[in-house]
Amino acid sequence: MSIGTFILVSIIKIVVALGVLLTAVAYTVWLERKVVGHIQNRWGPTRVGPFGLLQPLADGVKFIFKEDLIPPHAYKPLFIAAPMIALIFALTSISVIPIGNWITVFGIHTPLEITDVNIGLLIVLGITSLGVYGVALAGWSSNSKYSLLGGLRASAQMVSYEISLGLSLVGVLILASSFSLRDIVDAQAGTYWGFIPRWNIFQGQFIAFFIYLMAAYAETNRIPFDLPEAETELVAGYHTEYSAMKFAMFFMAEYANMITVACLATLLFLGGWHGPHRFGPPIVQAILPVFWFAVKIFAFLFLYIWVRGTLPRFRYDQLMAFGWKFLLPLAIANLVITALIVALRA
Amino acid sequence: MLHLLVFSVFGLVCVAGAVNLLVQRHPINSALSLVVVMGSLAVEYLLLGAEFVAAVQVIVYAGAIMVLFVFVIMLLNAGEEERTKGSRVAMLFGIPGMLIGSVLVAWVLLEHSGTGNVATGALPGPPKVIGWLLFHDFLLPFEVTSVLVLIAIMGAVVLASHPGSTQQDKREG
Amino acid sequence: MVPLSYYLVLSGILFACGVTGFLIKRNIITIFMSIELMLNGVNLSFVAFAAQWHALSGQIFVFFVMVVAAAESAVGLAIIIAVYRTRETLNVDRINLLKL
Repeated sequence: MSIGTFILVSIIKIVVALGVLLTAVAYTVWLERKVVGHIQNRWGPTRVGPFGLLQPLADGVKFIFKEDLIPPHAYKPLFIAAPMIALIFALTSISVIPIGNWITVFGIHTPLEITDVNIGLLIVLGITSLGVYGVALAGWSSNSKYSLLGGLRASAQMVSYEISLGLSLVGVLILASSFSLRDIVDAQAGTYWGFIPRWNIFQGQFIAFFIYLMAAYAETNRIPFDLPEAETELVAGYHTEYSAMKFAMFFMAEYANMITVACLATLLFLGGWHGPHRFGPPIVQAILPVFWFAVKIFAFLFLYIWVRGTLPRFRYDQLMAFGWKFLLPLAIANLVITALIVALRA
Repeated sequence: MLHLLVFSVFGLVCVAGAVNLLVQRHPINSALSLVVVMGSLAVEYLLLGAEFVAAVQVIVYAGAIMVLFVFVIMLLNAGEEERTKGSRVAMLFGIPGMLIGSVLVAWVLLEHSGTGNVATGALPGPPKVIGWLLFHDFLLPFEVTSVLVLIAIMGAVVLASHPGSTQQDKREG
Repeated sequence: MVPLSYYLVLSGILFACGVTGFLIKRNIITIFMSIELMLNGVNLSFVAFAAQWHALSGQIFVFFVMVVAAAESAVGLAIIIAVYRTRETLNVDRINLLKL
């Protein structure tokens, strides 16, 4: 493939991926409001469009027309840059996430991801580490005590749970022997006895899946780990002083992080785009993996929202003690046991 | 050609970040310019084929060490720098001195460039090979650095804790 | 194909900026950041030479430099916090007496 074709195909993939991701973010918000509403025995949005489906559009218009306030003694450059930093890093990690097999469109053979790097998992972890800056800088530049406390707490929480997140993934890496996300999914192809799929969660990474789940809830600042942005605790934490479009950027960054985490969980633990037997004409066969991928992500996001509606939140010292004193030793134990089993089997 | 172009672009970003670190008066701006320097250095490592080192640079250096710096700047509420007599003298002698020194070094390096060219991805460093080396040829330094990190953790916790807080817990508990 | 000397010149420039920052800055934290800049310049040198001589031990050494830099930052920043608690200033020109 010549370099011109390569750049053109990449630009098309980037535009499609960004479009799909931003729409998914908007409709994840809708899904959350509906599901949490039903858990709390009320309807959720119903007025704007059928089943409230146009509610994200109305929210977007509201955010655009709201007044954009900057507090008087805030440090302006960082105040304006922090939501942009958060959103940039939240949207960048989609670039190494594969959603299907290689397809051939108009004679161009291309994988269904923006790039295929052989350290894909490390890149996603690196971008997650950089996402802490958006939160920390927002909290500090707002020049307000609630924001500073919320920002410090949120960034300390994110940094602490990053370690357990990374360690829980090393078990998967040992089983797949590669950092490339595509190779990890390909190692989960096939089934046992014809109907139990060879997903990593069934191959012994059950505990690792739960460690990943809990670390992911803490990384994305969701209930039960959302003390840094809970209304009853810190007004709104690090995004107290933000309004209109800047707040919308933080909001979008949080949901984009949720979707990235759901994609990673699907790829690493739930078998990626492998589903039951393929059927149908070739055009359907090319789209079917994407469909299975979307179903698994939807299930993971539903679990996220379900937990949000059900559990109370942790106090900050309980949260940090849980991360350092329970999850981290458990993740290390999981790693040691997986390594022992793989070494003894070989 | 493309290699030279990408190298120059990110090299310029590196140098711009480093100069911005010197020029800015508020430490938070210096910290963020250093993050930019580290990011562009990660790209330079990728150009040389060191993919694992580039990923570790972003995760560890830019994503953890610099976060620690930003934390401390936020905690201590560091303000803008003041110009004292000492700093004026240092600027008067230091900046021209370092400029002359670096121009000299650059001239020597570019003159005697018989060291050859480096291709894109010259020495691929996949994680597998690096892991093998770390656990076979470099096992002793690896274990010693783990002890070093343990010592650093204990030292940081003890040094940064409030004075007398441990005695308070003993009295109350 | 980029000549090796270009990488070394870039590494030298970063190191020189680090030394300049160490000399002219008066805030402890900024001085510390200049030290990190120097370490980064040296890392680039290591990786460039590793690529040239096809010796992976250059990249391994960068690994160890990063670990040591992490340990040093943690302890150094803890010391800075302790100094700030007693002296109430971050300007090195004011922290020049052994007794408070």
